[in-house]
Amino acid sequence: MRSLLLALAVVVVLTLISLLIGAGDLSLSALLSPQDGDRSAQILVVSRIPRTVALVLAGMAMAVAGLLMQMLTQNRFVEPSTAGTVESASLGLLVVTLFAPDMPVFGKMLVATGFALAGTALFLRILRLVPLRSVLTVPLVGIMLGGIISAVTTFFAYRFDLMQSLNAWTTGDFSGVLRGRYELLWVTFALTLLAYLAADRLTLAGMGRDFATNLGLHCRSIVSFGLVIVSMVTATVVVTVGMMPFLGLIVPNVASMLVGDNMRRALPWVAVMGAGLVLVCDVAGRVVYYPYEVPIGTIMGIVGSALFLVLLLKGRTRLA
Amino acid sequence: MRTLLILAAIATGVIVLFTTLNAKGRWDFILAFRGTKILSMVLVAHAIAVSTVLFQTVSHNRILTPSIMGFDALYALIQTGLIFALGSAGVSALDPRLLFGVEVAAMVAFSGLLYRWLFSGSSRSLHLLLLVGIVFGVLFRSLSGFMQRIIDPNEFVVLQDRLFANFNSVDGNLLTISAAAVVAVSVVGWRLMHAYDVLALGRETAINLGVDHGRVTTIVLILVAVLVSVSTALVGPVTFFGLLVANLAYQIAGTHKHRFVLPVASLIAVICIVGGQLVLERIFAFDTALSIVIEFLGGIVFLALLIKGTTR
Repeated sequence: MRSLLLALAVVVVLTLISLLIGAGDLSLSALLSPQDGDRSAQILVVSRIPRTVALVLAGMAMAVAGLLMQMLTQNRFVEPSTAGTVESASLGLLVVTLFAPDMPVFGKMLVATGFALAGTALFLRILRLVPLRSVLTVPLVGIMLGGIISAVTTFFAYRFDLMQSLNAWTTGDFSGVLRGRYELLWVTFALTLLAYLAADRLTLAGMGRDFATNLGLHCRSIVSFGLVIVSMVTATVVVTVGMMPFLGLIVPNVASMLVGDNMRRALPWVAVMGAGLVLVCDVAGRVVYYPYEVPIGTIMGIVGSALFLVLLLKGRTRLA
Repeated sequence: MRTLLILAAIATGVIVLFTTLNAKGRWDFILAFRGTKILSMVLVAHAIAVSTVLFQTVSHNRILTPSIMGFDALYALIQTGLIFALGSAGVSALDPRLLFGVEVAAMVAFSGLLYRWLFSGSSRSLHLLLLVGIVFGVLFRSLSGFMQRIIDPNEFVVLQDRLFANFNSVDGNLLTISAAAVVAVSVVGWRLMHAYDVLALGRETAINLGVDHGRVTTIVLILVAVLVSVSTALVGPVTFFGLLVANLAYQIAGTHKHRFVLPVASLIAVICIVGGQLVLERIFAFDTALSIVIEFLGGIVFLALLIKGTTR
């Protein structure tokens, strides 16, 4: 508990740093001085605070979504970007953009969620067909499925001149976050809470079907519940800020090394570390080429794949 | 032999069709324009087919391909890094042959590293290798993306030309170097033809039969690196095309002798690329969407191979 509070304190400090960095001048003294106060306050309220809140929410939710997926598939290397979930959500967005461009953003999110669910379900179906499920076949199949789905998406995006939009969905970028354009992300916060409330059941479901059924759990429904949460979170994040690869893979693995695999204990850690990692990557992306910025999707791609390689090469391929 | 002849006939037919279909206007212009296009397509097809088959022979595996292992992402990263470090003027000042040499050397070093793992045996490590290759690909692409973000926009335009040439805008210089490289590699590769079948029997057997396994493997990896550089330089990354072609070739050739498999694969690749381009361009009026179609089909083949479990 004490160490968790410490981690939380670190994230709070990161949040403050994230608030004070940017192209516009903003300092505590300016905020308190009478002549610059208004403008600074405006920057803070309209741009900086929304951005930082969005970062924290998206980081938390994606990391928790990764944890959920790893629980339910009993595999350490699964997360929304290695299971076709992200690609399916993008395909859904493309379909909405083509057929109902005027739909409100919440509706778009729901359609994307539907597609993400279907894609993830397809992934699970294929997994049942694969013989000799080695630990590593699972993410391989997922990545390939994602590649196939994204080929379809790219094909139509290319036909209808939507490549720009497609790039925006697939590369996470927080530079466009302003007040009024990120509030949908609070949905992910609610979903994360839901996952926390159901943590014990999800842990049991992760022990395997027979075991869970023996303990009187309706395994199927709890697995479906988990997948709905994962799909909704992924769709929401893709719709609002775009994708951050491997975040949901790295963070739960580190958390598992620290506090083990009981979800109720691990989930707060995963949420805090997810937020922290996203904040660090975002600050790095803003500082490295000041005053311009590098989108977080790119930074996360580098950090995430490097850490993923470390995980793979350290041989931590034990089944969870 | 008959298979070879039939395929050669089809390939020739496709090429002739591509040259003559809907040709309006002056022949000398048409031949020059379409000629370079066809030459680059044939080069790319041949390079991808041969490199994939040889790579699969060396790694004893029907599912690994150079591009799945992140080779073409590495090529793009080297290109980006050079422009980033030296600027486009600096890169243009370098001798193109030297540049090509540096790129190939880096790719050979990388493949050597990955290859050291191939000998750690079990099927589990094969999956590990695949996954590591894919993640390396993501890492290289992210790094390239990062550099492209903070590069001068004018430099980026130059870089884009270097990275994503398509068949409509192949630079004459590049085409000459590529053609020379492919011919040289093919000659060297042809002289080693006797060794591939033995190599495919596995390391111990090959050594027993008197093939210098380490040396031949190294040479093959160098050839593969050169071919991948050529095909990536000409059209950019095409992840699954090699997989598709190689597995089709194994089916159609009906033998494991490389003397047949290699030409068959090469011809199939030519038919696929030229034919595909023909159909897409002339019938559907799409352009450059061919790689997307190939990606889709190849991904499905890959999944099917994984599900069937024929990774050995």
